[in-house]
Amino acid sequence: MRVVVQEAPFEFGAEAERFASGASGAGAVVTFTGVVREADGGDMAMMEIEHYPGMTQKALEKIASDAMARWDLTDALVIHRYGRLLPGDQIMMVATASRHRVAAFEAAEYLMDYLKSRAPFWKKEILRDGGADWVAAKEADEDALTRW
Amino acid sequence: MDVLYFAWVRERIGLPKERVETSAVTVAELVEELKAREERYAAAFSDLSALRVALDQELAEFDAPLAGVREVAFFPPMTGG
Repeated sequence: MRVVVQEAPFEFGAEAERFASGASGAGAVVTFTGVVREADGGDMAMMEIEHYPGMTQKALEKIASDAMARWDLTDALVIHRYGRLLPGDQIMMVATASRHRVAAFEAAEYLMDYLKSRAPFWKKEILRDGGADWVAAKEADEDALTRW
Repeated sequence: MDVLYFAWVRERIGLPKERVETSAVTVAELVEELKAREERYAAAFSDLSALRVALDQELAEFDAPLAGVREVAFFPPMTGG
Protein backbone atom coordinates (compact mmCIF):
# COMPACT_ATOMS: atom_id res chain seq x y z
CA MET A 1 0.00 0.00 0.00
CA ARG A 2 1.29 3.43 -0.87
CA VAL A 3 -0.16 6.83 -0.01
CA VAL A 4 1.39 10.01 -1.39
CA VAL A 5 0.39 13.62 -0.74
CA GLN A 6 2.33 16.00 -2.93
CA GLU A 7 2.23 19.37 -4.64
CA ALA A 8 4.10 18.24 -7.75
CA PRO A 9 2.39 16.57 -10.71
CA PHE A 10 2.56 12.78 -10.94
CA GLU A 11 2.93 10.65 -14.04
CA PHE A 12 -0.26 8.67 -14.29
CA GLY A 13 1.07 6.25 -16.90
CA ALA A 14 4.26 5.47 -15.02
CA GLU A 15 2.43 5.09 -11.71
CA ALA A 16 -0.21 2.80 -13.20
CA GLU A 17 2.47 0.73 -14.94
CA ARG A 18 4.53 0.38 -11.80
CA PHE A 19 1.47 -0.54 -9.75
CA ALA A 20 0.27 -3.14 -12.25
CA SER A 21 3.68 -4.76 -12.65
CA GLY A 22 3.95 -5.13 -8.88
CA ALA A 23 0.53 -6.74 -8.63
CA SER A 24 1.62 -10.23 -9.57
CA GLY A 25 -0.78 -12.04 -7.24
CA ALA A 26 -3.77 -10.08 -8.48
CA GLY A 27 -6.07 -10.91 -11.35
CA ALA A 28 -7.46 -7.38 -11.51
CA VAL A 29 -6.09 -3.87 -11.36
CA VAL A 30 -8.39 -0.83 -11.42
CA THR A 31 -7.15 2.75 -11.71
CA PHE A 32 -9.01 6.04 -11.45
CA THR A 33 -7.71 9.55 -12.08
CA GLY A 34 -9.43 12.80 -11.11
CA VAL A 35 -8.86 15.75 -13.43
CA VAL A 36 -9.50 19.45 -12.75
CA ARG A 37 -12.71 20.24 -14.56
CA GLU A 38 -13.33 23.52 -16.35
CA ALA A 39 -16.01 25.36 -14.34
CA ASP A 40 -19.43 25.95 -15.88
CA GLY A 41 -19.09 28.99 -18.12
CA GLY A 42 -15.34 28.50 -18.43
CA ASP A 43 -14.48 31.34 -16.08
CA MET A 44 -12.10 29.43 -13.82
CA ALA A 45 -8.44 30.30 -14.18
CA MET A 46 -7.14 27.72 -11.72
CA MET A 47 -7.98 25.58 -8.76
CA GLU A 48 -6.26 25.92 -5.42
CA ILE A 49 -6.32 22.92 -3.11
CA GLU A 50 -5.65 23.54 0.55
CA HIS A 51 -4.99 20.67 2.94
CA TYR A 52 -4.22 19.94 6.59
CA PRO A 53 -0.61 18.80 6.46
CA GLY A 54 -0.54 17.00 9.80
CA MET A 55 -3.74 15.11 9.18
CA THR A 56 -3.86 14.41 5.45
CA GLN A 57 -1.35 11.57 5.25
CA LYS A 58 -2.84 9.80 8.27
CA ALA A 59 -6.42 10.20 7.05
CA LEU A 60 -5.55 8.81 3.61
CA GLU A 61 -3.63 5.88 5.12
CA LYS A 62 -6.61 5.03 7.28
CA ILE A 63 -8.97 5.12 4.30
CA ALA A 64 -6.61 2.99 2.20
CA SER A 65 -5.95 0.41 4.90
CA ASP A 66 -9.68 0.11 5.59
CA ALA A 67 -10.20 -0.63 1.88
CA MET A 68 -7.29 -3.12 1.87
CA ALA A 69 -8.85 -5.05 4.75
CA ARG A 70 -12.44 -4.90 3.60
CA TRP A 71 -11.83 -6.16 0.05
CA ASP A 72 -8.77 -8.27 0.77
CA LEU A 73 -6.79 -6.24 -1.75
CA THR A 74 -3.27 -7.30 -2.66
CA ASP A 75 -2.26 -3.65 -3.03
CA ALA A 76 -3.62 -0.10 -3.09
CA LEU A 77 -2.22 3.25 -4.22
CA VAL A 78 -3.48 6.75 -3.44
CA ILE A 79 -1.83 9.90 -4.79
CA HIS A 80 -3.42 13.26 -4.02
CA ARG A 81 -2.06 16.67 -4.92
CA TYR A 82 -2.50 20.07 -3.30
CA GLY A 83 -1.58 23.60 -4.33
CA ARG A 84 -2.43 25.35 -7.60
CA LEU A 85 -3.74 23.31 -10.50
CA LEU A 86 -4.97 24.26 -13.94
CA PRO A 87 -8.02 22.87 -15.75
CA GLY A 88 -7.00 19.55 -17.26
CA ASP A 89 -4.37 18.85 -14.58
CA GLN A 90 -4.57 15.55 -12.76
CA ILE A 91 -5.52 16.07 -9.09
CA MET A 92 -5.35 12.54 -7.79
CA MET A 93 -5.32 8.88 -8.63
CA VAL A 94 -6.20 5.65 -6.92
CA ALA A 95 -5.28 2.12 -7.93
CA THR A 96 -6.48 -1.14 -6.44
CA ALA A 97 -5.28 -4.68 -7.05
CA SER A 98 -7.28 -7.74 -6.15
CA ARG A 99 -7.67 -11.36 -7.15
CA HIS A 100 -11.06 -10.50 -8.60
CA ARG A 101 -12.42 -7.62 -10.63
CA VAL A 102 -15.51 -6.81 -8.57
CA ALA A 103 -13.44 -6.26 -5.43
CA ALA A 104 -10.97 -4.03 -7.28
CA PHE A 105 -13.77 -1.86 -8.73
CA GLU A 106 -15.68 -1.63 -5.46
CA ALA A 107 -12.60 -0.78 -3.44
CA ALA A 108 -11.66 1.95 -5.92
CA GLU A 109 -15.14 3.47 -5.57
CA TYR A 110 -14.91 3.27 -1.80
CA LEU A 111 -11.56 5.06 -1.90
CA MET A 112 -13.01 7.79 -4.10
CA ASP A 113 -16.10 8.26 -1.94
CA TYR A 114 -14.03 8.59 1.21
CA LEU A 115 -11.39 10.82 -0.38
CA LYS A 116 -14.14 13.23 -1.38
CA SER A 117 -15.68 13.63 2.07
CA ARG A 118 -13.22 12.40 4.70
CA ALA A 119 -9.81 13.54 3.51
CA PRO A 120 -8.89 17.06 4.68
CA PHE A 121 -8.68 18.86 1.34
CA TRP A 122 -10.57 21.99 0.35
CA LYS A 123 -10.90 23.18 -3.24
CA LYS A 124 -11.11 26.81 -4.23
CA GLU A 125 -11.84 28.00 -7.74
CA ILE A 126 -9.81 31.06 -8.72
CA LEU A 127 -11.76 32.92 -11.39
CA ARG A 128 -10.44 34.83 -14.36
CA ASP A 129 -12.01 38.07 -13.11
CA GLY A 130 -9.96 37.86 -9.91
CA GLY A 131 -12.75 36.43 -7.74
CA ALA A 132 -12.64 33.12 -5.95
CA ASP A 133 -15.14 30.57 -4.69
CA TRP A 134 -14.70 27.74 -2.23
CA VAL A 135 -16.18 24.59 -3.69
CA ALA A 136 -19.11 23.52 -1.51
CA ALA A 137 -19.35 19.91 -0.40
CA LYS A 138 -22.25 18.14 -2.09
CA GLU A 139 -24.89 16.34 -0.10
CA ALA A 140 -24.71 13.54 -2.66
CA ASP A 141 -21.04 13.00 -1.76
CA GLU A 142 -21.92 12.63 1.91
CA ASP A 143 -24.83 10.34 1.03
CA ALA A 144 -22.47 8.20 -1.05
CA LEU A 145 -20.76 7.06 2.15
CA THR A 146 -23.93 5.46 3.49
CA ARG A 147 -23.77 2.70 0.87
CA TRP A 148 -20.61 1.38 2.50
CA MET B 1 -3.79 24.28 22.89
CA ASP B 2 -3.25 25.08 19.25
CA VAL B 3 -6.35 25.99 17.28
CA LEU B 4 -6.14 25.71 13.48
CA TYR B 5 -8.48 27.05 10.83
CA PHE B 6 -8.74 25.96 7.22
CA ALA B 7 -10.38 27.14 4.00
CA TRP B 8 -13.09 29.83 4.44
CA VAL B 9 -12.96 29.47 8.23
CA ARG B 10 -9.31 30.57 8.07
CA GLU B 11 -10.19 33.43 5.74
CA ARG B 12 -13.10 34.62 7.85
CA ILE B 13 -11.15 34.57 11.10
CA GLY B 14 -8.07 35.96 9.40
CA LEU B 15 -5.40 33.58 10.65
CA PRO B 16 -4.42 29.94 10.12
CA LYS B 17 -3.42 29.06 13.66
CA GLU B 18 -3.36 30.48 17.16
CA ARG B 19 -2.53 29.43 20.70
CA VAL B 20 -5.62 29.42 22.93
CA GLU B 21 -5.70 29.10 26.70
CA THR B 22 -9.07 27.71 27.64
CA SER B 23 -10.88 25.88 30.39
CA ALA B 24 -13.58 24.69 27.98
CA VAL B 25 -14.58 21.11 28.65
CA THR B 26 -15.99 20.36 25.19
CA VAL B 27 -15.46 21.59 21.65
CA ALA B 28 -18.85 23.32 21.80
CA GLU B 29 -17.74 25.29 24.86
CA LEU B 30 -14.54 26.31 23.11
CA VAL B 31 -16.62 27.50 20.15
CA GLU B 32 -18.76 29.62 22.49
CA GLU B 33 -15.63 31.19 24.01
CA LEU B 34 -14.25 32.00 20.56
CA LYS B 35 -17.56 33.42 19.34
CA ALA B 36 -17.67 35.77 22.34
CA ARG B 37 -14.26 37.23 21.41
CA GLU B 38 -14.96 39.16 18.24
CA GLU B 39 -17.40 39.48 15.40
CA ARG B 40 -15.16 37.62 12.94
CA TYR B 41 -15.26 34.54 15.18
CA ALA B 42 -19.00 34.85 15.66
CA ALA B 43 -19.37 35.02 11.88
CA ALA B 44 -17.15 31.99 11.26
CA PHE B 45 -18.94 29.87 13.84
CA SER B 46 -22.49 31.10 13.20
CA ASP B 47 -23.63 27.80 11.66
CA LEU B 48 -21.99 24.75 13.19
CA SER B 49 -23.75 22.44 10.76
CA ALA B 50 -21.48 23.98 8.08
CA LEU B 51 -18.36 23.12 10.09
CA ARG B 52 -16.31 20.09 10.96
CA VAL B 53 -13.82 19.65 13.77
CA ALA B 54 -10.75 17.49 14.25
CA LEU B 55 -9.09 16.80 17.61
CA ASP B 56 -5.41 15.92 17.40
CA GLN B 57 -5.92 15.33 13.66
CA GLU B 58 -8.86 12.94 13.98
CA LEU B 59 -12.41 13.92 13.01
CA ALA B 60 -14.61 14.46 16.06
CA GLU B 61 -18.01 15.78 17.13
CA PHE B 62 -18.76 19.17 18.69
CA ASP B 63 -19.78 17.57 21.98
CA ALA B 64 -16.42 15.76 22.27
CA PRO B 65 -14.34 16.41 25.40
CA LEU B 66 -11.16 18.49 25.14
CA ALA B 67 -9.27 16.84 28.00
CA GLY B 68 -5.72 16.06 26.89
CA VAL B 69 -6.25 17.49 23.41
CA ARG B 70 -3.31 19.49 22.03
CA GLU B 71 -4.60 20.49 18.60
CA VAL B 72 -8.10 21.50 17.55
CA ALA B 73 -8.89 22.23 13.91
CA PHE B 74 -12.04 23.82 12.48
CA PHE B 75 -12.89 23.63 8.80
CA PRO B 76 -15.77 23.32 6.34
CA PRO B 77 -16.87 19.93 5.00
CA MET B 78 -14.00 18.46 3.00
CA THR B 79 -13.87 18.52 -0.78
CA GLY B 80 -11.14 16.12 -1.81
CA GLY B 81 -10.99 13.71 -4.69
